[in-house]
Amino acid sequence: MEYISLSYTSLGIAVLFIVSAMAVSFRYRLGLEKDLAVGAVRAFVQLTAIGYVLQLLFVSEKWYYVAIMLAIMLAAAVKNAVARQSVQPKGMFTTLGISIFVGSALTTAVVIGIILRVKPWYSPRYLIPLAGSILGNSMTGAALALNRLRSDITHRKPEVEAALALGATSRQAVMPMIRDALKSAMLPSISSLMVVGIVHLPGMMAGQIIAGAYPVDAVKYQLMVVYMIAAAVAITSMMVVYLATNLFFTPDHMLKIEALGST
Amino acid sequence: MARIEFLSVTKTRSIDGKMYNVLDDVSVAIEEGTILAIGGPSGAGKSTMLRLVNRLESATSGNVLLDGVDVSTIDPIELRRKVGMVFQLPSLFPLTIQENLTYGPRLRGVDPSSLEAKVREVLDMVDLPDLSPGRSAGELSVGQQQRVAIARTLMNEPEVLLMDEPTSALDPTTSKSILKLVCDIKSKYGITVLFVSHSLEHSRLVGDRFLLIVDGKVIEESDIEAFFRGPQTELGRKFLAGELK
Ligand SMILES: Nc1ncnc2c1ncn2[C@@H]1O[C@H](COP(=O)(O)OP(=O)(O)O)[C@@H](O)[C@H]1O
Ligand SMILES: [Mg+2]
Repeated sequence: MEYISLSYTSLGIAVLFIVSAMAVSFRYRLGLEKDLAVGAVRAFVQLTAIGYVLQLLFVSEKWYYVAIMLAIMLAAAVKNAVARQSVQPKGMFTTLGISIFVGSALTTAVVIGIILRVKPWYSPRYLIPLAGSILGNSMTGAALALNRLRSDITHRKPEVEAALALGATSRQAVMPMIRDALKSAMLPSISSLMVVGIVHLPGMMAGQIIAGAYPVDAVKYQLMVVYMIAAAVAITSMMVVYLATNLFFTPDHMLKIEALGST
Repeated sequence: MARIEFLSVTKTRSIDGKMYNVLDDVSVAIEEGTILAIGGPSGAGKSTMLRLVNRLESATSGNVLLDGVDVSTIDPIELRRKVGMVFQLPSLFPLTIQENLTYGPRLRGVDPSSLEAKVREVLDMVDLPDLSPGRSAGELSVGQQQRVAIARTLMNEPEVLLMDEPTSALDPTTSKSILKLVCDIKSKYGITVLFVSHSLEHSRLVGDRFLLIVDGKVIEESDIEAFFRGPQTELGRKFLAGELK
């Protein structure tokens, strides 16, 4: 099946969409015209750049180029998860880095090696979009879990100290908060399992269909994707809450007040 | 048996970027089975003193000894089972009374069904003999919650009890009954008690000895009645006259 290739001239017409959004902003004096313009240009530059990088990867088919690309994507995901934390104690980069790496790598390995059996395994056509989707969701889950855990420990500090004073280890003392943090990290991927296909057709599936895949094939892919995301989020956030105990407590089970912040 | 001793204990903390001696060369001994009432203005370092005994915090220099052993060499989990702590707010877990009371033993792997007699005993001890252990802790009044919090600590059979203003969130009548309870616990179990209060009256009702601490420094340490009859220092007289806040 062939699909309609988009020329830059036709793409130019799509700029009218941005112009119409700017018109709304102008009419209601929202002051968003500049942001829209900058956003449109940034999107163009970033996507074009990544397009050329991917083209390069696809043509060269060298495993180490793919590996470098994955490393950059991982670093960006970790950096973003760190930036979303309202308090940034020492060791947080490592905690989030290890968790996102392990959660994503395990899930990606199963998808590429066992489910799809891609040959060679580093084929960028599969590895890059799937790993990207997994990394993005792991990142969000990790950031949610850690923020929630920190803020719950801060709010429930009297309860945590009461548990410590009764002889609980730091992990035992924060177990109720660990459970809540895990839940809040996992809920978004569970609710997307609930509504997928009803409320929206996911981007990957839409793309595959436009590119010529049979809808039923695209659906199978999408199912694999939502299942793998649920697993990636669960594994990553579990790693985060376990490693995070060391961020908030000393090895002698004392709370590190300075790591908690005020909210 | 449990004797507590502070040997030249200093605790430094950074407050607004400046280093500050929250406790400054504190030395005091608390004999086994006695109640030391600790008083002093707010921010004097009273809570910090208690938190060094069960290692919720660590001293910057000096030693805190439990029966002659430096607490920093004792496993913190073991230490905290021997040294119970009661806070200003009850801080019960959002669970049933039974689950709150068995929390400590359950951490050690004790089967809660083997603890029914013990649960009844501690509830009797804190004057709540008719309380049904299956009720949710959140339904109780603050005074009842504080009793349950004390009972929860007693379930670990501690040798030392740290009490950080346990009466300051309670009305006068409830406070009085808690103070009596503290005396009963001491005489029944022979526990050593460190009792922090901002109320001189409360300190006098429970204390055997009195420690006055101001700006992290020990000002006076004496027999409680001797202190109330006539403090030995100018700061002590001011504190007794209510001039230090
Ligand atoms: N977690 C903390 N972080 C920073 N400073 C603290 C902390 N807890 C207490 N302090 C400071 O340490 C000093 C002593 O506090 P504390 O021992 O709680 O006094 P007290 O119990 O006598 O009122 C005070 O100046 C207080 O502001
Ligand atoms: Mg205090």
